[in-house]
Amino acid sequence: MNFDDTPQEAAFRAEAKAWIAANAPKQYEEELRKASLGRVQLKGANILEVAKAWQKKKADAGWACLHWPKEYGGRGSSPIERVIWQQEEGPFGRLSSMFIIGHGMCGPTMMAFAGEEQKRKYLPPLASGEKVWCQLFSEPAGGSDVAGLRTRAEKQGDEWVINGQKIWTSGAHYSDYGILLTRTDPNVAKHKGLTMFFLDMKSPGVEVRPIKQASGASDFNEVYFTDVRIPDSQRLGNVNDGWNVSLTTLMNERMSIGAGVATGFPELFDFCNSLMLEDGPAIENRAVRAKLANWAVKASGLKYTSMRAISALSRGERPGPENSIGKLVAGSMIQDVATYALDLQGAAGALTGPEDAEVAGKFQAMLLRAPGTRVEGGTDEIMRNIIAERVLGLPGDIRVDKDVPFNKIPTKGRA
Amino acid sequence: MNFDFSDEQKQMRDEARKFLSEQCPPKAVREVLDGKAPYDKALWKGLAEMGFLGVAIPEQFGGAGAGHLELCVIAEEMGRALAPVPFSSTVYLAAEAILIAGSDAQKQKWLPKIASGDAIGTLALFEGKGNPSPKAIKVAANGGVLNGVKKPVADGAIADFAVVAARTGSSGRESDISLFIVDLKAGGVEVKSLTNIDLTRGQAEITFKDAKAEPLGAAGEGWGVITQVLDRAAVLTAFEQVGGADRALEMGRDYALDRIAFGRPIGSFQAVKHMLADMYVSATLARSNCYYGAWALSTNAGELPEAAAAARISATQAFQHCAKNNIQVHGGMGFTWEFDCHMYYRRANAVALGLGSPSYWEDALIDRMRKKNAA
Ligand SMILES: Cc1cc2nc3c(=O)[nH]c(=O)nc-3n(C[C@H](O)[C@H](O)[C@H](O)COP(=O)(O)OP(=O)(O)OC[C@H]3O[C@@H](n4cnc5c(N)ncnc54)[C@H](O)[C@@H]3O)c2cc1C
Repeated sequence: MNFDDTPQEAAFRAEAKAWIAANAPKQYEEELRKASLGRVQLKGANILEVAKAWQKKKADAGWACLHWPKEYGGRGSSPIERVIWQQEEGPFGRLSSMFIIGHGMCGPTMMAFAGEEQKRKYLPPLASGEKVWCQLFSEPAGGSDVAGLRTRAEKQGDEWVINGQKIWTSGAHYSDYGILLTRTDPNVAKHKGLTMFFLDMKSPGVEVRPIKQASGASDFNEVYFTDVRIPDSQRLGNVNDGWNVSLTTLMNERMSIGAGVATGFPELFDFCNSLMLEDGPAIENRAVRAKLANWAVKASGLKYTSMRAISALSRGERPGPENSIGKLVAGSMIQDVATYALDLQGAAGALTGPEDAEVAGKFQAMLLRAPGTRVEGGTDEIMRNIIAERVLGLPGDIRVDKDVPFNKIPTKGRA
Repeated sequence: MNFDFSDEQKQMRDEARKFLSEQCPPKAVREVLDGKAPYDKALWKGLAEMGFLGVAIPEQFGGAGAGHLELCVIAEEMGRALAPVPFSSTVYLAAEAILIAGSDAQKQKWLPKIASGDAIGTLALFEGKGNPSPKAIKVAANGGVLNGVKKPVADGAIADFAVVAARTGSSGRESDISLFIVDLKAGGVEVKSLTNIDLTRGQAEITFKDAKAEPLGAAGEGWGVITQVLDRAAVLTAFEQVGGADRALEMGRDYALDRIAFGRPIGSFQAVKHMLADMYVSATLARSNCYYGAWALSTNAGELPEAAAAARISATQAFQHCAKNNIQVHGGMGFTWEFDCHMYYRRANAVALGLGSPSYWEDALIDRMRKKNAA
């Protein structure tokens, strides 16, 4: 058991450090360091442009998507090198948040199911941030129950014609491509009639409508498809095997390992260190300390759980469903941490103006974004199901629709 | 970086698990639980023969000289099996105190006896309610003898000797506290067994009346040693707690698969599944904190105080959480004496208090994080 770099790891770290020191956009370092969940904004700059420029610079020098093969725009790095890079990249890594879906989910799905020529064409510009990708899975009728989706794909000659609606599609408004899960056979059980594609978001018939989120921001969208045509060559996996293809995507989604899920703890600890209460510094208050200690061990527990997972990965073991723990714990923790940080501010905790709210309204922003964290990428309940069924081996939920043809499944709870 | 135990260490864990499942089945634990014996003597001897008592004791003092990572691995298995032996008091507390502060002669005298199972030791620190603090220590050392009362003392009724924290000054500072080794079988020592919630491990009250005491370490430096011993024991005990938490989770999972209600295994009800998933989460977070503690302990890193507190808090929570919900999953059966659930519940709640209660460690953790941040 040790934390020391091997000589190769140390050499890699030194190289990464030197390159970052020479190339990172340092003018934004302070703002990025202070940014917290729910708020990465740069004063007087377009964050998408800054993020794309940094990603491109990394890609040109061989530092983008480190674990991807070189021929697809990566570096062929080990899992540990990826973590070392993340440690060294520090706050600049926050600029990558707009590429997470493309890099974490779409890329791996393309790698597993696209043809060789397509991989060489589409993956390098995805790695370099020149092209942004989104994931078109969820629908009004299919979120947790993804296989309940209704967007139709019908074959016409060498093309497929798509009609339907997606929802909550993060980043669709600035995406160039998307991976799309559709229904190709409504007469069989729901998991058996799905097919996956990738498409150009500028295709005729694709309409993106931003949705205003509960937090007030607009990061996700509704996407409408009206007679959108996709060539059969852009199908990923076999016809009606889309469920298996999407499982690859979702496994990769949950594995986002070492990415260091935000818990809000470091921010809260710093805040309590500086905050003065009526009877003295917050950090010297017994009740405050007890709360902090309980969150501290959750945050460190998550950190070392991900280090254990990385150690297992580097031994060649496959990441499993146990990685669902990160999002499950961090999601509700960040919500509780934010609530408590506001509690410590008393009535003024309700103010959100950066001038009036403590630490520029960081915790207020966190509070308002946190509910989304517990829902996106699988709700807390779905994460618990995964742990119970796939880690602990408990029986699956009873699925009354399992063997029913999709078009015979009831669509309303109260008839 | 490699954040895991080595293959040899994992092999040792398998060996210990196999040994304990054969030599320490729940039936054996119940002999002690039911008051038929104060501890499992045969198991104690067996542990000595396997070399487990002296895993972290250097070879020159009769141990296996393997190290603390190996001791962590054994500790987890001891906790899993609820081994009814004075392992923690002898190995984590007494032996570690002697390793840290003992003279060569004291090490030669006690450590081989500990490794061979011929001496049971303990730490006599507490004097009634409250958490570890130099101010709470009233037992006084004067002219080579001790006077006063210690309670509770873990395994005090079966121990051969105790490392005792006593007052040697009256400045009101930590430097008032010194450590002594006392032969509990000698004159001037009265031992009384106390009942406690964990019936598989005894607690005692020890009264010293001019009991002969031998200094351990320099006068006035006892509190520093106590702090180090508690930190080290916190990591080791945390491994016991994680072992217990994991076992309680397993028991709950197995029962949920077997028990049928409403025509289905209860493990197919989501409320039960989610309860078990949450038990898994707390046990996993605790295990990861423990691994960090194990690393800090084995390398004697500057991070040890913080890592020990984190491991302690996290493992205490996990064991309590898993033990209580294991009973819940078992329903009425879980509340019977006959089922083993209560043994884990008792242990989880008793072991939460033995080295200082949860609130003590919460306070310590934040204190230590603050110091690190300020530095
Ligand atoms: C910020 C954000 C970004 C998103 N980005 C994307 C994106 O880029 N692409 C995309 O495809 N989707 C995206 N989503 C959609 C997201 O994946 C879904 O919202 C999520 O999976 C939940 O589905 P739902 O909203 O339909 O809720 P529902 O499935 O209707 O769930 C409602 C409630 O019922 C519970 N529930 C449902 N099924 C079960 C069950 N079997 N057992 C127990 N409880 C259950 C849920 O836990 C929840 O509490 C995003 C969502 C958010 C909030």
